[in-house]
Amino acid sequence: MLAVRDLAVRFGGVAALDGVSFAVRPGSITSVIGPNGAGKTTAFNAITGYLRPTGGRVTYDGAPLTGLRPAAIARRGVVRTFQRTSVFPSLHLRGTAVLLAVLAGRRRLAGEESRLAADAAALIEFVGLGHRRRETASGLSYGEQRLVELAVALAARPRVLLLDEPGAGMSAAEKVGVSRLIRKIREQDVTVLLVEHDMRMVMGISDTVIVLNGGRVIAEGAPAEIQAHPDVIRAYLGTSRGPA
Amino acid sequence: MTRIGRWLPALVALTLPLWLSTYHLHVAIMAGIFGVLALSLNLLLGYTGQLSLGHAAFFGIGAYTSALLTLRLEWSFWPALAAAMALAGAAGWFVGRLSLKLRGAYFVLVTISFAGVISLVSVNWIELTNGPLGLPGVPAPELGPWSLRTKSAYYYLVLAAVALCYAVCRRLVNSRIGRAFVALRENEPLAESVGVEVTHYLVVAAVVSAAMAGLGGSLYAHYTRFVSPEVFLFTYTVTMVIMVVAGGKGTLAGPLVGAVLFTVLPETLRAVASWQWQMLAYGLLLVLLLFFLPRGIVPQISAYIAGRPRSDPGARAPSP
Repeated sequence: MLAVRDLAVRFGGVAALDGVSFAVRPGSITSVIGPNGAGKTTAFNAITGYLRPTGGRVTYDGAPLTGLRPAAIARRGVVRTFQRTSVFPSLHLRGTAVLLAVLAGRRRLAGEESRLAADAAALIEFVGLGHRRRETASGLSYGEQRLVELAVALAARPRVLLLDEPGAGMSAAEKVGVSRLIRKIREQDVTVLLVEHDMRMVMGISDTVIVLNGGRVIAEGAPAEIQAHPDVIRAYLGTSRGPA
Repeated sequence: MTRIGRWLPALVALTLPLWLSTYHLHVAIMAGIFGVLALSLNLLLGYTGQLSLGHAAFFGIGAYTSALLTLRLEWSFWPALAAAMALAGAAGWFVGRLSLKLRGAYFVLVTISFAGVISLVSVNWIELTNGPLGLPGVPAPELGPWSLRTKSAYYYLVLAAVALCYAVCRRLVNSRIGRAFVALRENEPLAESVGVEVTHYLVVAAVVSAAMAGLGGSLYAHYTRFVSPEVFLFTYTVTMVIMVVAGGKGTLAGPLVGAVLFTVLPETLRAVASWQWQMLAYGLLLVLLLFFLPRGIVPQISAYIAGRPRSDPGARAPSP
């Protein structure tokens, strides 16, 4: 289980995260939502080692992740995608997948290249880009590049996958496809933690929703509970002031 | 590449001493030494995307180490060669550890500064290096009872070194380590997010690259039989960069093609034009190459032969 305890990140005098605690149940899809500046991506960065927290700790299956480098955290099975599209721009999709399959392998490379290439091809098919495998990543549409990102993360054989706004910039139809893909990923025993702004998508696929506001967790629960939670409504819509 | 395309250059290289004059064989030897240097720089520049503008430092360290050990301690060539590679590799490790945590422009600056410092040491530590006067009389290598003093013999020594470096580079870039290099060049944060230790792999690249440049330095010292602080000149680094970029960075054959072209070209121009015109023609050719073959000679020709720009699934589509 991925557990975050009293996680704090300060940038000078600003507390981006102010003692955030939550746990991500194995095999679940958990979403982190909140208004802009709530600390969602900061939390992702602190969990995955891209940012050193000023306080608190992150553990995975009881082992501490805090203080480890991103690569070391990834090798423990906690893998992330990025908010901005991040691909290997000049590699073909097939090349990208083979490259990643090779990197993810822990044994010697000799003799396993063909098996890894087959794994890579299966991965590209899995994210629905089989017909585009000869293209370079930079030649794909924005939505397709987001799918490449997913393939890249999956090639690292994650046990927990952190997706930072996987539906950002996608059309409604593409978001439906991504939601389906995220469910398929979960079916492969991968725990999913995602940051997303699209409430329809979040409420449709999440088992648990965690709401951040001002660097703190203000609510946590099933989607239906969150939708009705007064603090969440207040955070998103503000409060009405009575007449003066 | 076709079978003929693969074996013909090897056949030509093996038979060169049979049909080249002594002078042309000298040019071939220099092309071979620069081939080793270009292959070494390509590991860093072409595969990890880090530009070492002080690569002449590793070349010079190799040249001085080998020359000093054979002259002062009377070591034979082979252990001196190994020591030259080891010391240059150690310098690569030092520079790598120092600067690759920051990377990019910082790596460029540290490599330039390192070369500057080493050059100053070679000029001013007169007791050891003989200062600007340099070290004359570096002995020719020997192989058992045979001296490799003749141009033909030295040519084969250099050819063997080129083949060895090519094989090492090929093995390395096709291994998991080489894939990590490419991942880091393409997108460092993304590579890190899937478990690639950035600094570790970049230091590996720096060490192998520097050791290879040290090998080139040792070969140079025992060929010219003289080493002076000129081996640290910035122009050596610039020449290596031109060879790698024009030949095709991030390819195995590109640096060798670049090394041959940019060693032969100045010699050819020297025969037909004065120095100023040589430089002008040299510059013009470079501009034309970058304009018409922006990805480098080898990637562009490979793409032309293949009929489509990006055909090899595992290979990188060369960047401009």
